Amino acid sequence: MAAGDMFTGSARNSLSGPRGLWSVLHIDPILMFLLLTLIGGGLVVLYSGADQNMAVVKAQSIRMGVALVVMLVFAQLDPSVFRRWAPWLFALGLAGLAAVLLVGVGAKGAQRWLAIPGLPRFQPSELMKLVVPMMAAWYLSRHYLPPRIRHVAVAILIALVPMALIILQPDLGTSLLVGTAGIFVVFFAGISWRLIGAFFAMVSVAAPLMWFFVMREYQKQRVLTLLDPQSDPLGAGWNIIQSKTAIGSGGVDGKGWLQGTQSHLEFLPESHTDFIVAVLAEEFGFIGMLVLLVLYLLIILRCLYIAAIAQDSFSRLLAGALTMTFFIYIFVNVGMVSGLLPVVGIPLPLVSYGGTSSVTLMAAFGVLMSIQTHRRMISA
Amino acid sequence: MPWGEFKDTAAERRLFQRRALVMLLLVATLLGMLVARMYQLQVVEHDIYTTLSDKNRVQVQSVAPPRGLIYDRNDVLLAENRPVFSVTLVPERVGNIEQTLAKLQGMLSISDEDMERFERRLMEPRRPFQELPLRYDLDEQEIARLAVHRHELPGVEVSAELVRYYPHSELTAHALGYVGRINRQELQRIDPINYAGTNYIGKSGVERFYEKLLHGRVGYQHVETNARGRTLRVLERQNPVPGEDIGLHMDLRLQRLAHELLDGRRGAIVAVEPSTGGLLALASVPGFDANKFVTGIGSDEYRELSTSIDMPLFNRALRGQYPPGSTIKPMMAVAGLDSGVTTREKEIWDPGYFQLREGGRRFRNWKRTGHGWVNLMDSVAQSTDTYFYQMGVEMGVDKMHHYLSAFGFGEDATLDVAGALSGLLPSRDWKRAVHNESWYPGDSVNMSIGQGYMLATPLQLATATSVIANRGNWAEPRLLRDIKGDRSIDNVLPTGDHQSIELKNPGDWEFAVDTMVEVMHGSKGTARGAARGAPYRMAGKTGTAQVFSLAEDEEYDEEEIRERLRDHALFVGFAPVDDPKIAVAVIVENGGSGSGTAAPVARALFDAWLLGFPKEGEALVVGASEGDAN
Repeated sequence: MAAGDMFTGSARNSLSGPRGLWSVLHIDPILMFLLLTLIGGGLVVLYSGADQNMAVVKAQSIRMGVALVVMLVFAQLDPSVFRRWAPWLFALGLAGLAAVLLVGVGAKGAQRWLAIPGLPRFQPSELMKLVVPMMAAWYLSRHYLPPRIRHVAVAILIALVPMALIILQPDLGTSLLVGTAGIFVVFFAGISWRLIGAFFAMVSVAAPLMWFFVMREYQKQRVLTLLDPQSDPLGAGWNIIQSKTAIGSGGVDGKGWLQGTQSHLEFLPESHTDFIVAVLAEEFGFIGMLVLLVLYLLIILRCLYIAAIAQDSFSRLLAGALTMTFFIYIFVNVGMVSGLLPVVGIPLPLVSYGGTSSVTLMAAFGVLMSIQTHRRMISA
Repeated sequence: MPWGEFKDTAAERRLFQRRALVMLLLVATLLGMLVARMYQLQVVEHDIYTTLSDKNRVQVQSVAPPRGLIYDRNDVLLAENRPVFSVTLVPERVGNIEQTLAKLQGMLSISDEDMERFERRLMEPRRPFQELPLRYDLDEQEIARLAVHRHELPGVEVSAELVRYYPHSELTAHALGYVGRINRQELQRIDPINYAGTNYIGKSGVERFYEKLLHGRVGYQHVETNARGRTLRVLERQNPVPGEDIGLHMDLRLQRLAHELLDGRRGAIVAVEPSTGGLLALASVPGFDANKFVTGIGSDEYRELSTSIDMPLFNRALRGQYPPGSTIKPMMAVAGLDSGVTTREKEIWDPGYFQLREGGRRFRNWKRTGHGWVNLMDSVAQSTDTYFYQMGVEMGVDKMHHYLSAFGFGEDATLDVAGALSGLLPSRDWKRAVHNESWYPGDSVNMSIGQGYMLATPLQLATATSVIANRGNWAEPRLLRDIKGDRSIDNVLPTGDHQSIELKNPGDWEFAVDTMVEVMHGSKGTARGAARGAPYRMAGKTGTAQVFSLAEDEEYDEEEIRERLRDHALFVGFAPVDDPKIAVAVIVENGGSGSGTAAPVARALFDAWLLGFPKEGEALVVGASEGDAN
């Protein structure tokens, strides 16, 4: 327990200094600093991506404020609260997803929202991004780790059921994030490498089945378009061609803030939402992209560190899974915009314009801060 | 199992930390992949994407050259360019055409004809991303309304273009012609590069003949556009070369006078400067407003113009083919003398008719009682048909054809008058080919006084008269006088190849002129009334062309039919006699007698040209008819 003692000690030592204030507020200052840097920088890029529309920046700032409050609220709760509530929240989430399929509202052929009179509209699938890893962590941490096969099976089921319900909405991006969150819990729990190998074998079998039986026409189109964007340069391929053009024309040091022609001349679609990273790449170039990715890497490092030194298995598994979910956002979004991955509706975390996912993400960081700052002062 | 009791927490933590390390490696690897991807796009393939990006935003647009202006000989503007705002659609950029059209109909008044024309053009093959005009000549309110709703209407543009405008259109439409939208046939013969920005092309007249000169050279501009194709700024520009401004021989004052003189009638006046062949006036009445044709005339309006009994669209001066009648007698006199068929002194007895043989058909003189003993001079002055009947028969068709050809009959002798017709100068071969009959002496009788098969346009009559005025020298009729900016017209104006008419006795020219002078100033001259009191000497010849047929049409009331069955009144002449400054041909359809109707018109033109134009508001004095000769 040497490592644990060391970190516990450092936390205790800091009680008297300025970090004492952070402990009282249950804020991890390093993570907080990194997040605020990201959000601030994100607003600067958004101003350009939204074609200098100050109203968009203002709305996003308000959302980010709300998200920060949500983060602080989550940070105040003890991790044991999440653990105790996990089964109930999971049941609630499943009920919500079922309700969405039955009475949900939405647009563009997808039902994602639940409009309960008297309550603000919300997406149960967003809730599941937090609840699925909580539930899986709760379940697995009740048993010995590494988990037995049947426990793994149950944990995977915990991930797959909501994932399937979300696919039916259909919302490929969110289902991907929810599913992987559960899978990451299983991985962190110490599932054997042999099982992991078996899992990938299964995926490679399942993928063609997904292609023929699960994926919608528009989703297939996205994959095909990725493989050959020129096949439909004015239709589905347009987005990828234009975003690659934006990124590539940025060069090493970019065209300069507000100088991106691709975005400002409206060639780049969704320039302030899913494709905002192309704006950054066009205007700040390769250097700007390096800064962004390093910033993300630092956040992930800090979060994995928080997970590694967490005091109990539940906290570790949850923190690890949430961190990796955050990473999936980044990888899928940047991969999509740069033409590595098919177009999936996943925003660039904490930069893209949009409220719901930002709140969920900040709630996750609240959970991480809660884990970091509610460490029990147990002595050796 | 109770929480945490039997668990090896240290082992679990170590396990987790190992897994976290694996994840960290995964994260690092995948982020590395993203960095590598960015490096590939932004550093390795940067040039490719820069080109793509520029291609996206920078478009090359053609800039239409402003069309050259047209002036008259006194530098009065006859054709200019005026900015007209129109709303255009780029179908490739308009999402839903139906919807957009519906929206536009709510904002602008779009007639069914506009709509019809737009839809027709939509179906026609065209350049991609070409702007299709929907409505022209927007007013300020409509422009403002479109500006307000601009964001809802992708692919809809308000464009200003310079459009041809003819300030004196009713007067000049027939002479200048007009420009109109380029149609499909024209699209195939024009240079697609040079006309890339041009929507109009000369359809007729000067506008058509000097299209190349007036059009100029296209320019280019590189513009930055957004994804919806709106032009944001001009990056680079190569200015077009404007079309050349040209000056015509025409004098707008004379042209206006000609129109005023024919006002209320149908007819044509052609005035030529004999020394140059320059067309001083080229009037066909009634005229029409060519401006209506520029942006596209409505089909109702067009139908009204094209079916009008007065035929305002018909260019009588160039394309009206009339029997020239007695106006060819001076040319016939030249032919008779030079061919030796007659002499100045030879006299014949005119009993009022001519017979090919005793007891045969009588070809009547216009004066039934006859002119008695007449020589050639008398016969031109009094227009004695009998004399020419006999001369024509003796001369025969071949010689008549030969001499009349030399005066430009039967051909289009003009240098730059688009659309001029060549009339009809009959010959033995022609009759054989067309009527499959041989030439009869009776045909020669008719031809000798410009009747029968022979047809000539007013322009041809003016040309032939001008040849006499020049005493046999040719100056082909032409419109172009100069190109502004000291450019020579030598390479632009075609050169004429007409030989001067050489007579065996050159003095016969003066005699022929004298016969025409006798028409005006002689005591028995048919047009002596029109020449009365003139301070200069003039030469002329009256004529009458019979109207043989008119389609019976119940629509016209009887009086109108009677009016339209009257003879056409003709007159040709020039002045002053010794130094001709102007030669004219006048035809007044159904005008009755040449002396009473056409000759005074010519006199007014001579007066204006030689003595000065009447001041504005001053009444035109057109001499009253005197003597009822033809």
